[in-house]
Amino acid sequence: MDEPINLVLFSGTDDKLQAAAVLAAGAAALGRPVRIFLQYWGLDAFRADRIAADHGLAPEAGEAGAAAVKEALKTGKGDWVATLQAAKELGDVDIQACSLSMDILKLAQSDLDPMVDGVSGVAAFLINAGDGQMVFI
Amino acid sequence: MTDLDIKLKVDASGLSCPLPIVRTAQAMKTVSSGDLVEVIATDPGSVKDFEAWSKSTGNVLVEQDSNGGKFRFVLRRK
Repeated sequence: MDEPINLVLFSGTDDKLQAAAVLAAGAAALGRPVRIFLQYWGLDAFRADRIAADHGLAPEAGEAGAAAVKEALKTGKGDWVATLQAAKELGDVDIQACSLSMDILKLAQSDLDPMVDGVSGVAAFLINAGDGQMVFI
Repeated sequence: MTDLDIKLKVDASGLSCPLPIVRTAQAMKTVSSGDLVEVIATDPGSVKDFEAWSKSTGNVLVEQDSNGGKFRFVLRRK
């Protein structure tokens, strides 16, 4: 069980980020390394100036779903930033920003939340992924 | 319930998946090998989670029971 679990975060809505954060925290609790690669809107959500902002929900949420998620957040359930921070405190969780996405969005690492460990290309991400499972969200 | 020498208690009541096992994994790091940790959770998913977590990490699930929506787990650190 030492192979990492590899998460590619493409989407930047709060529900998808929380789904990813749950996987990361669960893997960290099991002692498995977690490698996260941030692309496009997943990366955009980690901008330091708006990481805590409302990033909206996936279109399938609908009105009732959105209300349920909002209600849960009031009780502290479903906060992806907190969940990811807990995962990082617990285990080996490395978060890398995709250098192409950084270029497209005109970002420097100093624009990102300190949770992001670095900027790297896809080759480095794939090599570090080893034979571990890969999930695209 | 038996008389167990519980070293640390973790109250994960009200926390939803995956926080009960996250808090437990954190707590486990603070005790020594062989020590017992008791966890109380209310998340129904925690029953299967603790069984899987115990099997995967090698920390032994010594006792487990439930009472009115509360789930109790006693784990021995590997």
